[in-house]
Amino acid sequence: MTAILFFEQMLNGLGYGLMLFLLAAGLTLVFGIMDMMNLAHGSLFMAGAYLAAQVQGRSGSFVLAVAAAVVGVALLALLLEALLVRRLYGRDHLAQVLATFGVILVADDAVKLVWGAAPMMASPPAALSGPVELLPGLLYPSYRLVILVAGVLVALGLYLLVNHTRVGMLVRAGASNRPMAEFMGVRVDRVFSGLFVLGAALAALAGALLGPLTAVQIGMGEEILIPSLVVLVIGGIGSVRGAFVAAMLVGMVDTIGRAFVPMALRSFLSPTVVSDLAPLVAGLATYALMAGVLAFKPAGLFPARG
Amino acid sequence: MTSVTGHTSARLRWAPWAVFALLAAFPLVAPLLGLDFYVGFVRRGMVFAMAAASLNFILGFGGLAALGHAGFLGVGAYALVALADAGVRSAWLLWPAAMLAAAIASAIIGLVVLRTRGVYFIMSTLAFAQMLYSVAVSLRAYGGDDGYNLFERPAFGLGLDSAHEPTFYWVVLGLLALVMALFDRAGRSRFGHALAGIRDNETRMRALGYPVQRLLLVAFVVAGAVAGLAGALLVSHNAFISPATMHWTQSATLLVMVVLGGIGLRWGGPLGAAVWIALEEVLKHFTEYWHLPLGLLLIAIVFVAPRGLAGLLATPRGTGAT
Amino acid sequence: MPDPANAFFPSVARLGLTAVLVGTLGSLATGARAADPIRVGVALDISGPFAAGGAETRDAINLAVRLLDGKLGGYPAEFLQADTAGSPDQARQAVDRFIQQNKISLFTGPTPSNVALAVGPALFAAKVPYISNNPGPSQYAGPQCNPYFFGSAYQNDTWDEAAGQHATNQGYKTAFIIAPNYPAGRDHLTGFKRTFKGSIASEVYSKVGQLDYAAELAQVRALKPSTVYFFLPGAMGINFIKQFVASGLSKDTVLVTGPASADEDTIAAVGEPMLGLFSGSQWSHDLSNPANQRFVAEFRKAYNRLPTFYAAQAYDTVMAMDAAVREVKGNVADRPALLKALKSANFASVRGAFKYDNNNFPIQDYYLRVVGKDAQGRITNKTVSTVLKAHRDAYHDQCRMK
Repeated sequence: MTAILFFEQMLNGLGYGLMLFLLAAGLTLVFGIMDMMNLAHGSLFMAGAYLAAQVQGRSGSFVLAVAAAVVGVALLALLLEALLVRRLYGRDHLAQVLATFGVILVADDAVKLVWGAAPMMASPPAALSGPVELLPGLLYPSYRLVILVAGVLVALGLYLLVNHTRVGMLVRAGASNRPMAEFMGVRVDRVFSGLFVLGAALAALAGALLGPLTAVQIGMGEEILIPSLVVLVIGGIGSVRGAFVAAMLVGMVDTIGRAFVPMALRSFLSPTVVSDLAPLVAGLATYALMAGVLAFKPAGLFPARG
Repeated sequence: MTSVTGHTSARLRWAPWAVFALLAAFPLVAPLLGLDFYVGFVRRGMVFAMAAASLNFILGFGGLAALGHAGFLGVGAYALVALADAGVRSAWLLWPAAMLAAAIASAIIGLVVLRTRGVYFIMSTLAFAQMLYSVAVSLRAYGGDDGYNLFERPAFGLGLDSAHEPTFYWVVLGLLALVMALFDRAGRSRFGHALAGIRDNETRMRALGYPVQRLLLVAFVVAGAVAGLAGALLVSHNAFISPATMHWTQSATLLVMVVLGGIGLRWGGPLGAAVWIALEEVLKHFTEYWHLPLGLLLIAIVFVAPRGLAGLLATPRGTGAT
Repeated sequence: MPDPANAFFPSVARLGLTAVLVGTLGSLATGARAADPIRVGVALDISGPFAAGGAETRDAINLAVRLLDGKLGGYPAEFLQADTAGSPDQARQAVDRFIQQNKISLFTGPTPSNVALAVGPALFAAKVPYISNNPGPSQYAGPQCNPYFFGSAYQNDTWDEAAGQHATNQGYKTAFIIAPNYPAGRDHLTGFKRTFKGSIASEVYSKVGQLDYAAELAQVRALKPSTVYFFLPGAMGINFIKQFVASGLSKDTVLVTGPASADEDTIAAVGEPMLGLFSGSQWSHDLSNPANQRFVAEFRKAYNRLPTFYAAQAYDTVMAMDAAVREVKGNVADRPALLKALKSANFASVRGAFKYDNNNFPIQDYYLRVVGKDAQGRITNKTVSTVLKAHRDAYHDQCRMK
């Protein structure tokens, strides 16, 4: 195993982790502040991917597509919040799970009605469709680098927002003790709507960015939902810092499980056994991580409510 | 409808018996209406009613939202498959074995997941169920992702022919009735009341000296064992099992059935299962976009009937619990 | 005191619900009692992971039925469609309903192999011929072969055997092969290894439905194989191709696959990065036999796009049924005669001439195709050469049928 391979796999893990962070950040804020379990978050991700693919197909501009996806989904989220989500605050988690699961079902069929069952084409901008030589011998897809950079920028932005602005202070206050924050005069309903829309915008951004890399298809929201929830739980609910650390952990563990463990296994087991065992290990890796973390810290790594 | 504390309106007390009688009569009536296929359909509904009832037990009584319950169905199913493949024929051996396997699995998993609460509990049950799913997918001997065809039904003995569809139907109906009676008994017992107490205020129960962890674990294992039985019946019904039965979306569907029917209400599980399965079937006949009305229904239920359908049909006076 | 009216209503409502349900079911039942046409059960992937393939299948079947005027062999026919959502469990229920409720005489429709394996036994027990529009699992070609199953499209391994033969012909020394971790995936890679005479650099089974292949592609870069062969149907293949090209690997490594990831549906989702992709298949839209030319022209007229292999194969199954029913003069109840008629395959298939082997799988040619630009600048497949001639699948001698 060469240094180049190692470095490349680490970059891959980082990229995957950052995308998970984009999704988990929105989820953790919504859950942490509003105590709202939103399963439809994955559907917002899917909506972002479809909108971006559609706009890019019509206009040819990637930047326009991403912007349109973020704005479009933000508006959609505003509508969703006003119509449905608002009525779910204060309800028990199961009711929220049920209602947002219903939204998933509706969204999947709505997308199928509009765009059909076949996956849609989304491509990276022509300038970014080739590789870049990072190190001698290491060609890395330039588009993935863009995703990495975008993810890091968003993480920095969220950090600044949460820790160095007034709004962030309100968010942190609400996360650690909501009744007190309300007593202190925080305009709770405005903060809630804003948070929900922010979370949706992040999810849409992730969808728009990931579309060219993967397939834009129905059900892509459910696929990414589970890993995002795993990140949420490992990181601790309500903590953006927790979501970041957990996303990095999950990204790394997933990559190790998929890339390095099979290589290690191959060195002392027969190929047929490895071909059975390796996918099993890869599939279980992140869940085992989560179970392990919960065994020692049942409320996650950095729970906002101590 | 009855609430967990057992107050029943006199008029409603005979309703479950009426339904039971109708169900029992159905295989006799069906051929006359040309509805032979639907004997199998109703039977499948009853198996899911059993699974949903077991989930309702830990959810309604224990207050534990488990998003991995379908995993135990799978454990029971695959245990039956493994034993049947090895030559075991009798249902009296196979079904208890399936229940035992599921009980062991839920005991081990329960020891870990019951250390958490709330959404962490939901997620950890989900994680373990996905682990079970991954293991099932790697079981090359039993078809892995393709699944496994099991043609012979367990033998009932007593001169009954398990291959005869109505006979198997009545056996399933009998088992369902037994399970419902068991849960009802358990719900009214001290054990059930203790569970309800834990659901309502765990700290207080702990302070009162109740062995909370042990009680929850027992409930979890009992629910798991019954799910295992449901899984075993499902394999025999379908003559087929695949890991898809254990996927998290199946667990979510079970949860939806329970919430739809009414959490903690005695008939919540079976009612939710019946309505969901019937709706799926009917909707599929009319449109290919059948997820849409189901999704809207779920949203409507949350706002219009938060206590589920059984809650809607129950007498409106407050009964304290749920 | 509870209001008596309120207390009475719920139990009546409950009985009422049951009555409505029974009534609805009754109406569903009586619908099946119409005058007796030949009923064909079609269990499709209308939703679920194979919905794209299912949509192609449905379009082709509808086209064929229209061209045949809704008749098989000149006799009135009824094509009943149901959604399996890619789930073997739901497929079983749909098939059970077809058999018990609708009394079908013929069956086709599923896209993935696991569904075929799940529904087969029920159909064979009920003596309903299953003419496969796509799956050709090795079990049905070998030890579990059955006179009621016709792997009319191809046996799963043969596509990979064709690709492996091409790789061998080109003199590639090493291959990196990858498929999803399910039995069909293993079958396909086994097929490739059967005809590829070079060495296997690595054999990887990825997660079913996996989106991101960065980890696997990094391994490809490290191993530097001459060729990469993949079987990743649907969206998986779309992802893989895009990421493979984006990582710059296409410069030094040749990418080979099967039609599942190299046909019009994939081209529509991937586009330019697919240029130069090789695949081996028993059919291509540019085959010049008259049946195919008619099929492609009619398909384009009806749906304004080129057909995929899903469509071609599904169209063929309907035509095969048509020919068989004509041969038994509409008497489908005579199953032995119907089976004999089906086996003689006396119809003009869009893939050209073929006949059935002892195990009811075809003996046919396999072509090498490459994705390029046609005269109109459209990205599409071009048939290059014949890789395997009159090829028999590898399992036919494990089948005890004659």
